[in-house]
Amino acid sequence: MDNIAGKRSSLTWAVHISVLFLVLLWLLPTFGLLVSSFRTGDQISTSGWWRSMTTQETQLSPIRIAGEERAEGDLFVIDGNLFANAATTVSAWGTSSREPEAYAPGEVADLGDGQSLTVTGDGDFKLSSPATTEGTRLPRVFATAATPPEFTLKNYDTVLFNASAGQSIGKAFLNTMTVAIPATLIPILVAAFAAYALAWMEFMGRALLVATVVGLLVVPLQLALIPLLQLHNAIGIGKGYLGIWLAHTGFGLPLAIYLLRNYMVGLPRDIIENARVDGATEFQIFIKIILPLSFPALASFSIFQFLWTWNDLLVALVFLGTGDDQLVLTGSLVNLLGSRGGDWEILATSAFVSIAVPLLVFFAMQKYLVRGLLAGSVK
Amino acid sequence: MNPAFQALITIVIGVGGCVGYFYASNLFLDKVLYPPSGPNAGHNINRANIIRPWLFLFPAMLALGVYLAYPVVATAWLSFHQQRAGGVEEFVGLANYQQMISESKFWESMRNNMLWLIVVPALSTMFGLLVATLTDRIWWGSIAKSLIFMPMAISFVGASVIWKLIYDARPIEQDQIGMLNALYLWFGGTEPQTWLTIPLWNSLFLMIVLVWIQAGFAMVILSAALRSIPEETIEAAIIDGANPFQIFFKIKVPQIMGTIVVVWTTITIVVLKVFDIVLAMTNGQWETQVLANYMFDKLFRANDWGVGSASAMVIMLLVMPILVWNVYNARKEMR
Repeated sequence: MDNIAGKRSSLTWAVHISVLFLVLLWLLPTFGLLVSSFRTGDQISTSGWWRSMTTQETQLSPIRIAGEERAEGDLFVIDGNLFANAATTVSAWGTSSREPEAYAPGEVADLGDGQSLTVTGDGDFKLSSPATTEGTRLPRVFATAATPPEFTLKNYDTVLFNASAGQSIGKAFLNTMTVAIPATLIPILVAAFAAYALAWMEFMGRALLVATVVGLLVVPLQLALIPLLQLHNAIGIGKGYLGIWLAHTGFGLPLAIYLLRNYMVGLPRDIIENARVDGATEFQIFIKIILPLSFPALASFSIFQFLWTWNDLLVALVFLGTGDDQLVLTGSLVNLLGSRGGDWEILATSAFVSIAVPLLVFFAMQKYLVRGLLAGSVK
Repeated sequence: MNPAFQALITIVIGVGGCVGYFYASNLFLDKVLYPPSGPNAGHNINRANIIRPWLFLFPAMLALGVYLAYPVVATAWLSFHQQRAGGVEEFVGLANYQQMISESKFWESMRNNMLWLIVVPALSTMFGLLVATLTDRIWWGSIAKSLIFMPMAISFVGASVIWKLIYDARPIEQDQIGMLNALYLWFGGTEPQTWLTIPLWNSLFLMIVLVWIQAGFAMVILSAALRSIPEETIEAAIIDGANPFQIFFKIKVPQIMGTIVVVWTTITIVVLKVFDIVLAMTNGQWETQVLANYMFDKLFRANDWGVGSASAMVIMLLVMPILVWNVYNARKEMR
């Protein structure tokens, strides 16, 4: 449509804007979670993440006064600052939820029994009372305040290094690594030999085997769970890392063989025939010629398999135990969603820890991923 | 033993074992069994060449057999049996299937799965095609594509967390922290909705998560297909005075129809197996159950292996047409 005279500029603009709109639509969900992971739990639950970039005037959740009591004349006084963020400015405040904006900054509120409270514009408060307040519940302050943007790395510190409430994401991260790396490396070689045989060796039943592999590509994992769990229990593997490595290897093989075979078939026939004529054995041809030439396909498959094993939940739920030393990231995320569904700072941060590695792999090796996708499905 | 250390050993044993197996078996074939020398040299070479493919194939075939082929048969067998006390399996005919179809949760899963099967592939392919077409003609197209492709790398569980924040609902007097409710109120909604508890709509909200992930996949494949369309056909259409929409629908789409079908079926398979998203977001409550999660419920929460296997067989049956079609195409191609 670029060639149609007179229509170009308006249409091109429309294209630019609609693509921009789609990209934003696709990015915003992830971006929202990323921003949330740098906010405190309180911030997340009181305002949308999109407000965190600018100074916001909001009614904060009630803050209970706390601090050391000291004597000042014949009064008992507690003073301090309401906010952790020093740049916060109060525009109105109150002491009950019915009248949260009853007082202006600097005004003195009479709390009865001779108690009085004052809050200044920058959040300094002073509570004075004729009798000691020790042992009584101190009043709460409802403040309407302008808070400048504030981000923190504390969530990541908590999630990775403080195993609170038995949910250690740092440990789960290592467990996931332990699952994903062997489960990615082991199938490659097994598949590569098989793919070579299927691509370049003549034997009875070759076409049938290729068809079988294509068929197995789409067999739902769901069918494999119970029989394999029974099998693993029967031969003494039980639930554990060995079981899940084997399972991932088995489940990844059809795609590996299919991708690699499709790639190897396309290698130039001359090279292989020449090598055969020169007296190379099939084993040598495979190791010295086929394997190095197939690097792009090997890379494609490894990325697929790595992403799949890293992101998998079902296989891990079935073949791994639920103990702290075997729980993977996806599993802990599901647990967190169940047990601490409201703690968005923990959830968002844990989710980002689990997403970070696949995203790195994705952006670093996107070329191979795309190539693999094209080889795997376009025919 | 430290699992990380165990993993390292496994890599060494796994990879080393493979290399060792292939090397040793080849050596044995060439040096001991049928050496290509002596009086029967020619004969031996032929025989070795008949055996060698099977040496190369053996480990893969073993793994495929044990981990994929055998379970299909075993699951079929289990679906006709019921576990009795003492771990004895008793043949019960179709009783498991009968029990399954008498459960309303099963029909709810079927209905939802059918909805998923229509909505997700359709929307993913549509968005994929849209983005592929639009980005083809702008200079920052590859950046845009890469960003839309990105959710592909995110786990279904991670995506569920991301979208759960979007669907979050707060009481009306508080600030909304979920984007959907914020938009809804901004556009004049009166009451924040707890989106994931409204039957039928909530399934749609779950589907959006999968569309968000799969659209990138559709886009990558369709974009490559669009590029392979011969320029001449488009130029001819322009000369004949076709407008951009006619070019798209009458020239381009028909030429990539085969690819669209492939994308559609691939996403269909993903949809049939969808499990993580439902488990993480609603766990099948509020009428969002799907087959794969129903099966997981039966297997691991109700511990009913018979009905669980029967529902797994239903998933297999639904996949079957695509499996046959794929195999048919692969065979056609090999001729």
